[in-house]
Amino acid sequence: MSRVYSEKVMDHFTNPRNVGEIENPSGVGEVGNPVCGDIMRLYIQVEDGIIKDCKFKTFGCGAAIATSSMVTEMVKGKTIEEALQITNKAVAEALDGLPAQKMHCSNLAADALHKAIEDYRNRNKKAS
Amino acid sequence: MRRVYLDHSATTPVRPEVLDAMLPFLKEDAFGNPSTIYSYGREAKKALDEAREKVAGLIGARPEEIFFTSGGTEADNLALIGTATANEKKGRHIITSSIEHHAVLHTAQYLMRLGFKVTFLPVTPEGLVRVEDVEEAITPETILISVMHVNNEVGTIQPIKEIGQLARERGIIFHTDAVQSVGKIPVNVDELNVDLLSASGHKIYGPKGVGCLYIRKGTRINPLLHGGAQERKRRPGTENMPGIVGFGRAAELAGQELPQEMKRLQALRDKLIDGILNRIEDVQLNGDREKRVATNANFSFRYVEGESLLLSLDMKGICASSGSACTSGSLDPSHVLLAMGIPHEVAHGSVRMTLGRDNTEADIDYVLEVMPEIVARLRAMSPLYNR
Repeated sequence: MSRVYSEKVMDHFTNPRNVGEIENPSGVGEVGNPVCGDIMRLYIQVEDGIIKDCKFKTFGCGAAIATSSMVTEMVKGKTIEEALQITNKAVAEALDGLPAQKMHCSNLAADALHKAIEDYRNRNKKAS
Repeated sequence: MRRVYLDHSATTPVRPEVLDAMLPFLKEDAFGNPSTIYSYGREAKKALDEAREKVAGLIGARPEEIFFTSGGTEADNLALIGTATANEKKGRHIITSSIEHHAVLHTAQYLMRLGFKVTFLPVTPEGLVRVEDVEEAITPETILISVMHVNNEVGTIQPIKEIGQLARERGIIFHTDAVQSVGKIPVNVDELNVDLLSASGHKIYGPKGVGCLYIRKGTRINPLLHGGAQERKRRPGTENMPGIVGFGRAAELAGQELPQEMKRLQALRDKLIDGILNRIEDVQLNGDREKRVATNANFSFRYVEGESLLLSLDMKGICASSGSACTSGSLDPSHVLLAMGIPHEVAHGSVRMTLGRDNTEADIDYVLEVMPEIVARLRAMSPLYNR
């Protein structure tokens, strides 16, 4: 198993970055469900259109945890527009790739990010 | 780093005594084809007969009822397809359970595509087939019942003797996949009332690529392969002599050591089960606690996923397996755990640890030491865990 994962994946699985929750986040996105074996919940803190902080909680396999960790690193300091450009494929590439069978089921971190941004935009719509 | 191998139900290493027995048959001293008449062939034939006697001895069979195959999977295929095609004039209905190994399940599904009807029996939440369910499923069309002896994932021991009794009364052929029981619990084909029984070499410290099907004298069965008179035409092809000799030696040693080894492993298993259940919250043991092979422990750790657990264990040198979807190679978790009524999310968090000869009490202490922190670390990351 660890044979099929890259060193970067194992690094992010072993020492995941930005695990946890953000109190009063600007937005929260969740993808997956417990039946399929993967749930990712991503929190973002947005200030002046820039994602200042991002944290995650994930239930899932090694790839699910590593992609969650990676996307939080990729998104920090980016504008909302830049963050929306991040794709699941880009997250996998940043981890030096994922095993083929993991590309669909466990590579959802960018989807969680986009949902968090959608949530942030919906909240702001209501506020204005 | 310390290495603890806890996946003996997947495979085992070849014992040194077994390797010693095998080596001559790979080299110039004993490479002969047992079908030949000169000295090399006669020596090979003698070794083949001896191996057959040893395997027969382990399961209380007669040597002429042992047919060597390439392993458990082939034995299961031969049992199901061979009896189905040889008895289809009597009927086209087969009964099996929903927790069989895929070597039986997928073969049964193949037979369905050929027009056979198959009943897949449910199991109790503890992972046991009910004899009453077998009885209810029998129709005048039923030609074969196939129920495994010990389940490979949760280690439950099925009521084979009782099902065999029922099958015999009704004149139905009865097969059991005993790959996970032979060498681990006493197995006797007469006491169990079985007509067909599958066994494998590499689960009992023999080599991979060899197994056998026990076929009770008088059982109607067709071969899968054609092209020679080996194994009394039921399994043509030049015999895998090193493998068969190794399987024979492994069977002999397993039989000699079974009583004391069973006792020793049961004590280790109980220490492991009690230790995990006492040290970690929200854990369940999957499979019946009592009707369970001495080598198996299978847990579900709530709120965490199995592959993550296996990766974490691997980093600590512990080798185990899981019934999660990620490790089953499909989108669904273990069919065995689902058949037991275990919810998907709980099945995803399952870990199987199977003990063997090389395990010591210190191994179990080590697992009990590292497991709580592994589970705690993953739970701290889990959105399902709120404590």
